[in-house]
Amino acid sequence: MMNSVIVVRDLRVARGGRTVLRGLTFEVPRGSVVGLLGPSGCGKTTLMRAVVGVQIVQSGTVTVLGRPAGHRALRHRIGYATQRPAVYADLTVRENLRYFAAVLGAPRGDADRVLDEVGLGGARDQLAASLSGGQLSRASLAVALLGRPELLVLDEPTVGLDPVLRGELWELFHELAGRGTTLLVSSHVMDEAARCERLLLMREGRIIADDTPAALRDRTGAGDLEQAFLTIIERGEKVGRP
Amino acid sequence: MSVTITLATARRILSQLRHDHRTLVLIVGVPSLLMILLRYVMDRPEAFDRFGPMLLGVFPLVVMFIVTSIATLRERTSGTLERLMTMPLGRLDLLLGYALAFGVTALIQVGIVATISLTWLGLDLRGPVWALLLLTLLAALLGVALGLFSSAFARSEFQAVQFMPALILPQTLLAGLFVPRDQMATALRWIADVLPLSYLVEAMRELTGHPGVTGTLWRDIAVIAGCTVLALLLGAATLRRRTT
Repeated sequence: MMNSVIVVRDLRVARGGRTVLRGLTFEVPRGSVVGLLGPSGCGKTTLMRAVVGVQIVQSGTVTVLGRPAGHRALRHRIGYATQRPAVYADLTVRENLRYFAAVLGAPRGDADRVLDEVGLGGARDQLAASLSGGQLSRASLAVALLGRPELLVLDEPTVGLDPVLRGELWELFHELAGRGTTLLVSSHVMDEAARCERLLLMREGRIIADDTPAALRDRTGAGDLEQAFLTIIERGEKVGRP
Repeated sequence: MSVTITLATARRILSQLRHDHRTLVLIVGVPSLLMILLRYVMDRPEAFDRFGPMLLGVFPLVVMFIVTSIATLRERTSGTLERLMTMPLGRLDLLLGYALAFGVTALIQVGIVATISLTWLGLDLRGPVWALLLLTLLAALLGVALGLFSSAFARSEFQAVQFMPALILPQTLLAGLFVPRDQMATALRWIADVLPLSYLVEAMRELTGHPGVTGTLWRDIAVIAGCTVLALLLGAATLRRRTT
């Protein structure tokens, strides 16, 4: 259990009178890239909000880096990028990063480091409002990288990016994981799933599969993950660990 | 609470304003224009001396209220607030950062409007100028605090701007700006007596009528400062780390 960065036990969340998460249990091992996949509206974002500790939960526990999610001591150790880019549109990219770096107490120069990591160095003096959608989401991702967090929670970080950039970002994710960072990355694109070490497939507030991409293909006998996902839904069974 | 984070937040908000030239021009230009208009509409120096300082106090309150409520609403809707809430930023760091940034902005605003009023427009102020600046700064901070608080109840920018007439206009009517408070019906007077703007108007009247700083003026300053702190604390209570 010491090696699990995220431990979720029977997590239930209701939003606006509707049950969004219906009893999730899973773990995320240290230094891995875990993909959170499922159709839009299945509860991926809610789950990520619960992990970073900004979601009011109904029952169950979420433990992150050995402490309850949202614990004060975790605020330096987790990087979070929401699905919609959360940066100040009326500041330049660099001003945005400098501000968040100051809040995190990250070293000077960290702003420039993360901008280079996401390939946004050339746009550092541009106002965030003038960035393209893809640049904006990379700026938001850069904020999450500030201060070298141990856990990165990224909600659809590659939306709107061309395949080359997407490939580069996934390389970055694996490089970070190689250095011991744990990543929980959501996506609804199946070709990204193959790049994860472990997959959590979600549907209607439940985890319907928790396994490696290879194991999922084997168990279902499907050629690709899209097909594997469909097979799991059809069988209506849970594959992998409970 | 952290001084570094509070200062970084204030600097960030000022940078946002600096990029928005038109807003800056409006913040300074609109009150200046209104004072000039007031001076020539009244066309009697003694009437201008009576109303001018009161408006000098109401402008920063109204402007900072609107600017703050929209800015914090944007912070809530754009996701930056949620992002900050996952970071080691205290709620007071954010609120004081806003108060500091808009307090500085208000000082610049009032500095320019007061200079125009005291020189070109010939406003006659019997009390000390520092008391005028202190009061307008307090008025601006009260506007910031009320704006922060009310933005928690607005779901959209349409709603947020409506809170200005809803919260501020009744206060200006009741504050004794148009009809002295002791001439109002008893029930209205009671309401007026608990509204902070009444004390701002009274303080401005003291300042125009008496040289030096009167006891009433000190009491008014204390009341406005107290209301500002109260509104800031209420604003802090509306900022939640966890939401549904």
